[in-house]
Amino acid sequence: MSTTSLKASTDRGRAGDKIFSGVSLTAGVLILAVLFSVAVFLLVQAAPTFSADPTEVTGGNGFSAYILPIVVGTVVAATIALLIATPVGIAVALFISHYAPRRLARAFGYVIDLLAAIPSVIYGAWGYIVLAPQMAKAYAWLAENLGWLPIFAGPASQTGKTMLTAGVVLAVMVIPIITSLSREIFLQTPTLHEEAALAMGATRWEMVRMAVLPFARPGIISAAMLGLGRALGETMAVALVLSPGALGASLIKTGNQTIAAEIALNFPEAFGLRLNELIAAGLVLFVITLIVNMIARFIITRHKEFSGAN
Amino acid sequence: MSKRIDVKDLNVYYSKFLAVEDVNINIEARSVTAFIGPSGCGKSTFLRTLNRMHEVIPGARVEGEVLLDGDNLYDTAVDPVTVRGEIGMVFQRPNPFPTMSIRDNVLAGVKLNNKRISKSDADSLVEKSLQGANLWNEVKDRLGRPGSGLSGGQQQRLCIARAIAVSPQVILMDEPCSALDPISTLAIEDLINELKAEYTVVIVTHNMQQAARVSDKTAFFNIAGTGKPGRLIEYGDTTTIFNKPAVKATEDYVSGRFG
Repeated sequence: MSTTSLKASTDRGRAGDKIFSGVSLTAGVLILAVLFSVAVFLLVQAAPTFSADPTEVTGGNGFSAYILPIVVGTVVAATIALLIATPVGIAVALFISHYAPRRLARAFGYVIDLLAAIPSVIYGAWGYIVLAPQMAKAYAWLAENLGWLPIFAGPASQTGKTMLTAGVVLAVMVIPIITSLSREIFLQTPTLHEEAALAMGATRWEMVRMAVLPFARPGIISAAMLGLGRALGETMAVALVLSPGALGASLIKTGNQTIAAEIALNFPEAFGLRLNELIAAGLVLFVITLIVNMIARFIITRHKEFSGAN
Repeated sequence: MSKRIDVKDLNVYYSKFLAVEDVNINIEARSVTAFIGPSGCGKSTFLRTLNRMHEVIPGARVEGEVLLDGDNLYDTAVDPVTVRGEIGMVFQRPNPFPTMSIRDNVLAGVKLNNKRISKSDADSLVEKSLQGANLWNEVKDRLGRPGSGLSGGQQQRLCIARAIAVSPQVILMDEPCSALDPISTLAIEDLINELKAEYTVVIVTHNMQQAARVSDKTAFFNIAGTGKPGRLIEYGDTTTIFNKPAVKATEDYVSGRFG
C-alpha cells in the first residue's frame, strides 16, 4: 500500500515546476538560436572575401594584409582603455564600498551608474571637442621629451585625434562598468573574513588586500572582461575621436584604426565585395572577443581551489 | 608575555542604544575567564570592546576605560590597529582566509604592517604556532593546501594558530566551539588549558559545562528585559559561581532554572 501511495502522487505543486523548466529551457534555446544565426550570417557573408582575388580586396594585398593592421589597432585601443580603467575602476569601487561615509557612498554609486547609461556618441563628442585639444598639448610635450620611445614618437598630432585619445575615451566609458560590478562584489565580502583580518591588527588597506581583493578576484576579472567587450566593440566614440590612418607604433600621431570604427565608417556606402570584407572584419572581432573570454575563464579556474568556494 | 585587563565603568553603545551598562571587572593574567549568560545579554558585545573590534560596526562606541596592564586602550593616542595586534581574537565561526594556504593563514598576521620574516624563521614559526594549536601533526604534510579544505574543528584550531603566531598578550574567544562537534570541542578545550600557561584567555560560551571545565573565573551577564542594557551580575571563582553563587539570578541560570 505504501507503493501505491508513492505512485499515485498527485500533480499538486508540479505545474509551477513544469512551467519554470519550460520557460528556462525556451530562453536557453532562444539565445543559442540567435547566436547561431548571427554566426551563420557572419560566416556566409564573410566567405567571399577569403576566396576573392587578393588584388580586388581593399589595399590590393589580400584580406589578411587589410585586416591585420586594424586588428592590432583594436587590441591596442582596448588595451590602453583597460590599463587605465581597471585600476581606476577598482579604486573607485573600493572607495564606495569600504572608505567613503555611507551617505556619500550611496550618492556616489548613483552617479557612477548614471555614467554607464550615457550613450557612446556623447562620450565621442566630449572626447573630440573637449579632451582631444587638451591631449594635443600633452602630446607635444611627450613627443619632445619622450620621443625616443616608439610609442611617443613625433611629430605629435595637432588635433589630438589619436590612438591614445581614443584609448582614454574608451577608458572613461569602461570605468563605470568595472566600478559598478566590482563594487557589488566588494560589498559581498564576508564580514567574517574582514573581521578576521582586522582582529589580527590589519589596517584598513591590509584588510582590503587580505580579505576583500582575494575574494573579489574572479569578479574583478569578469568586470574587466565586460569592460573589454565594450572597448573592443565600441564604434561611435572611436569613429569620432580617432582620425584613422595606416598602422604605426606611435600612439600620439594621426593613424591607426579599430575594427568597429572601420566597419561603422565604411558600412553606409559599401556594396559587393567591400560589404563582405567589412562583415569578415566583424567575424574577426567576434573571434578576438571569444579568445579573450576563454583566457579570462582559464585564469579564473586556475585558482579554483583557493577561491573559497569549497 | 601576558597582561591583565582592568575594565572601569564601561558603557557600550550601538549608536544611541546602550547595549551594555556599567561593567567593572578585573581579569588576571595567565588565567582563563569565562563569560556566560543568556543570548542578547551583551557578553559578546563586551568581549569585542576588549580589543576595540566593537567600533568596527558603524555607529558603535564605548564610554569608560579598558586598561591593559594599566594602559587605557581607549586613550586618544592609541591606535586600534596596535591594540588588536596585542589582543588576538578567535570568532564563533572558523574564518581562515579561503584564498590562502594553511601556511599563509598562520603567517597572515605576522606579515602585517610591512614586517618581513626570513623563510627559515617563517618555517619555524608556522611549526611552533601549529604545534601550539595542536594541529601540526594533522596538517604538516599539506601546508600548501587551502585552509578552507580542513574540517570545522581543524579550521578553528588553524584560527587559533593564526592568533598565537603574532604572540599576543591576550586571546579573546567568542563562542569558539559553538559550530563544532563534541570531539573537536574537546580538542579546543584541551588547547585552552594549555594556552593559559602563556596567555590571558577570555572566552564567551553558551555551554555552562564548558565554562566549568575550562575557566578559573566566571562572569555572569544578564539582561533585565528586551531593549534594556546588559549588565555584569556576578563575577568570581568558577567553583563559587557554579556552587555557591551570591545572586539568585546566577543560581537560577547555572542550575538551568532560568526564565
